[in-house]
Amino acid sequence: MTTERSGAPGAPAVEKVLAANDLCKCYGRTVAVDGVSFEVGRNEIVGLLGPNGAGKTTIINMVLGILEPTAGTIHIEGMDIARHRRRALARTNFTAVYAPLPGNLTVYQNLRFFGLLYGVDGLARKIDELLEHFEIARFRHSKCGVLSSGEQTRAGLAKALLNQPHLLLLDEPTASLDPASARDIRAKICAFAAQEAVGVLWTSHNMAEVEKVCDRVLFLSHGKILLEGNPKTLPGEYGKETLEDLFVAVAREPLTLENNGT
Amino acid sequence: MMRLRHIAAILLRQYYLFRGSPARVLPLFVWAAVDIVLWGFITRYLNAITPSELNFVPALLGAVLLWDFFTRVMYGVTTTFLEDVWSRNFLNLFATPLSITEYLGGMVVSSIATSFIGLIVMLVLAIAAFNLSFFIYGLLLVPFVLVLFLSGIGLGVLACALVLRYGPAAEWFVWPIPAALSPFAAVFYPLATLPPWMQYVAHLLPPSYIFESMRAILAGRPPSGMGLLWGLSLALLYILLAGWYFTRIYRHAVRTGLIARYSAETAS
Repeated sequence: MTTERSGAPGAPAVEKVLAANDLCKCYGRTVAVDGVSFEVGRNEIVGLLGPNGAGKTTIINMVLGILEPTAGTIHIEGMDIARHRRRALARTNFTAVYAPLPGNLTVYQNLRFFGLLYGVDGLARKIDELLEHFEIARFRHSKCGVLSSGEQTRAGLAKALLNQPHLLLLDEPTASLDPASARDIRAKICAFAAQEAVGVLWTSHNMAEVEKVCDRVLFLSHGKILLEGNPKTLPGEYGKETLEDLFVAVAREPLTLENNGT
Repeated sequence: MMRLRHIAAILLRQYYLFRGSPARVLPLFVWAAVDIVLWGFITRYLNAITPSELNFVPALLGAVLLWDFFTRVMYGVTTTFLEDVWSRNFLNLFATPLSITEYLGGMVVSSIATSFIGLIVMLVLAIAAFNLSFFIYGLLLVPFVLVLFLSGIGLGVLACALVLRYGPAAEWFVWPIPAALSPFAAVFYPLATLPPWMQYVAHLLPPSYIFESMRAILAGRPPSGMGLLWGLSLALLYILLAGWYFTRIYRHAVRTGLIARYSAETAS
């Protein structure tokens, strides 16, 4: 495991949980991800932002080992996922709106199934804790398919924290939640990230949320990282008032921003 | 190294799905039971109208029972896989530390459980209602069942690989495979009945050696030991080939992104 300084001079040393180096993914002539390199440190929440089709989900899928990069490497806690897939994934977990838990199993059954796959010790106690933590204990014996989207999100998050991951990938974790629930979930994830010293890669289209939770953001456009920095100061560096304005500019005028940044 | 906990997870998931789901439990034995009843009466009728001493019950009903067992084994493997297709679970499943060997192992163990339930129901029905007795085959019944079981596993894994390769719609392809193979496997008639080109195909199918051996015993002749050994060898070879093919297709799916967007049915 390597330790290095990131961000501004004088910033605290962070251990790298995730290191992606020169990642590329091509589908025939279509380049989905084009030479992307980034790191996620322990206790760090990194926002992966960009318009639809920018390559965010492709990157997450490559980190999860379910999509092979055309080129480049991914190391999770120093382990190359191409060579140590099983060990690397045992320390990783994720939740995404497009990957709900199987609807034909109850919440408890799903957590037990995935708990066994992740090799969770003390599984029964862990499941009880997570059901309480995400306030879904009353849905313990409900089929996931009949839960509301908000409840399904909570069940997915419970699965994502089952194995005490060191790297947590969250693809729009609050997309289907009402503002109150979203705030609650954000607080829970941030508390988990702080307590357990995990690194989090978080994608969202909610810029207010990103500004609140992320220590650092990466703006993707056309498969490349266009901008990187602190979500609170980055808009000002590019003459924008808000992160949302910057997002819109990235989506509409990526070339202008690229030139400004170099 | 294969982790038993991972295989147990697949088995437990199947148990959860079957528990309290008549739609899953009934097919384990209903169609096989219907087959036994149908062929039981056909054999009884044939016994009544045929002047010879030939007893059709072990010849036909026994063959139906063992062929249905082979089919159940194959379906046992494929339905375990299809549960993940139906619930769009590939993303969650393959992002865990589960290895492909363990996943296939889970399918096989699950199939052992489900196919033997079907076998027991068929045996009880065939013995109780139609006086079918397998004692005539003696200990040879063990290799008969073993070869058919291994063949069903191999064919099931191959079918799963095809569904993985060609997308959820390829599921239709799985169900008729046993029916398509049965004319070649010589379930109901001697291999010599088939035209030469079909006999060549039959010699590549492990079940054909089993049904030939069954008929040899019923005719008072010793079964071919070499034939049984060859059938067993072929069945083992096909399992290895099917496992290799599934792994290859899985790697292709990871490379092309098919696992990540499986419902899109991309077959590039």
